[in-house]
Amino acid sequence: MQTQLEAGREISRVQSAVAARRAQATLYKRPRPGEDAIRVYLLLCGILSIFTTLGIIFVLGEESLRFFTSGVTNAVEFLTSIKWQPQAGEFGILPLLESTLMTSFMAMLVAIPLGLGSAIYLAEYAPSRVRSTMKPILEVLAGIPTVVYGYFALTFMTPALRGIFGQDAVQIYNTAAAGIVMGIMILPTISSMAEDALSSVPRSLREASYGLGATRFETIVKVVLPAALSGILAAFIIGISRAVGETMIVALAAGAGSNWSFPPNFFVAAETMTGHIARISGGDLSYDSVDYNSLFAIGLMLFFITLGLNLLSQWVSKRFREVYQ
Amino acid sequence: MTQNGAYAIQLKNVDVFYGPKLAVSDVSLNIQTRRITAFIGPSGCGKSTVLRSINRMNDLIPGARVQGDVTFQGQNLYAPEVDPVEVRRRIGMVFQKPNPFPKSIYDNVAYGPRLLGVRSKAVLDEIVEKSLKGAYLWDEVRSDLKKSGLALSGGQQQRLCIARTIAVEPEVILMDEPCSALDPIATQAVEDLMKILVKQYTIVIVTHNMQQAQRVSDFTAFFSIRKQEETPGKENRWGVLGEFAETTELFSSPNSEETERYIRGEFG
Repeated sequence: MQTQLEAGREISRVQSAVAARRAQATLYKRPRPGEDAIRVYLLLCGILSIFTTLGIIFVLGEESLRFFTSGVTNAVEFLTSIKWQPQAGEFGILPLLESTLMTSFMAMLVAIPLGLGSAIYLAEYAPSRVRSTMKPILEVLAGIPTVVYGYFALTFMTPALRGIFGQDAVQIYNTAAAGIVMGIMILPTISSMAEDALSSVPRSLREASYGLGATRFETIVKVVLPAALSGILAAFIIGISRAVGETMIVALAAGAGSNWSFPPNFFVAAETMTGHIARISGGDLSYDSVDYNSLFAIGLMLFFITLGLNLLSQWVSKRFREVYQ
Repeated sequence: MTQNGAYAIQLKNVDVFYGPKLAVSDVSLNIQTRRITAFIGPSGCGKSTVLRSINRMNDLIPGARVQGDVTFQGQNLYAPEVDPVEVRRRIGMVFQKPNPFPKSIYDNVAYGPRLLGVRSKAVLDEIVEKSLKGAYLWDEVRSDLKKSGLALSGGQQQRLCIARTIAVEPEVILMDEPCSALDPIATQAVEDLMKILVKQYTIVIVTHNMQQAQRVSDFTAFFSIRKQEETPGKENRWGVLGEFAETTELFSSPNSEETERYIRGEFG
């Protein structure tokens, strides 16, 4: 009885509220200050990140321009010379670029097969219990500070390589150890992104394949991997981008001082672009000197490489997308 | 059920479990060779589950388990020495939603034969043409076999999936609500196709559409739901085979009141 009464009251309250709303109802817009404020805030967030990027590009461009117009060197020499000796006025980026490519190559040599392999295992073979324990463990790898990886390369990977290939063949600082450890660092990124790409291939496609008498492996190779290809390639490219930009591991383990080796020798010390920037900018470098400006030219180079990789990744995603419903 | 020995598939006391949960209990029925058998029944009655147990598709679901005998040409499909991959080559399947691979029409149809090791271009060409003709799709796609299978209309996609299935020349084709995602015209095309295919193949179709079952099938199995109150508020439901008969007989004089109510559309 009591509750019926209350329900009745509640209904009449709602009815009168609706009636009141109707009475003043016009189709005019009512002000919504809260929503406007949120919209403006979100717009500012977007603008801020765009301006930060533009600012960085501006600074890189401006300082690089000073470097190239300083008279000490020019763009052609910068891009073609195989000597980087700032003390001697030699600014050829090739040795730095070479070791960046070498460490990145080494990293991808480790990260692509292991990352793709673990992604396939997690997405296709692992029982859900194994998957739910293994994925977080793998992702812990991504949370380790890179300086720790650097010391791991120096104190574990290098001695291990020296044990295998001989003390004389492998220098204390070398691109192989840095690259391998960098690969371990990138592995969870690639694995996790590739696993997402594989898992998002719809079950209906797998069932279609099994229904035609395909084995699990045939289904993975012929249906799942091609359908996930664009996501997997994007994962690889993100991995390469991270390898090219990675600093701490190479600064600690790859060596100080540029070194052009041809054919590339992975067992000798060589400084990468990022490693060089980190080392030089840590020292007492005078503002507006050629050495100082040269760092911005290297930075600009790095920027173009990552930009290129990003564009490549977007192109790849579009080009290889097998659209499934 | 007059011609003995003309059974393509026999189910005897089949139970299907998902983990600890009983999904279908004690299903026994015989599916005649080169006839269309329809499975009908309300949602959740386990008709798709039974269908998927016939070509061991349920193996792909973790925790799924089948008890009892499913016999195909005198061989128990769940015997330990039976390879589910081999089973699925002989008992093909067409799914509810058209699921062509994101590949060309040609590659979709050639997928199965290639798995079987057919490499010769000439042989593949022939199989593709024959299968597409068999699915009455050839005239519509012959000029652009390189086009993606996904560029076709829904009805064409489903016929492509049927072409893909018959390309491996199975003996039985299982169809899990093959027309539920199609418009009436495409449905008509698939139904006409089934009536032609049944001259060569044994067909089992799950359908929600009782008119469809009446139009196409020779035999109909009606599945229904049994419930049990385990603990208050939580009930256990599983499917059972309610009635199995020739289609005309089942729809004109159903044995049970439940079947009658279902075919009259009183629940579903």
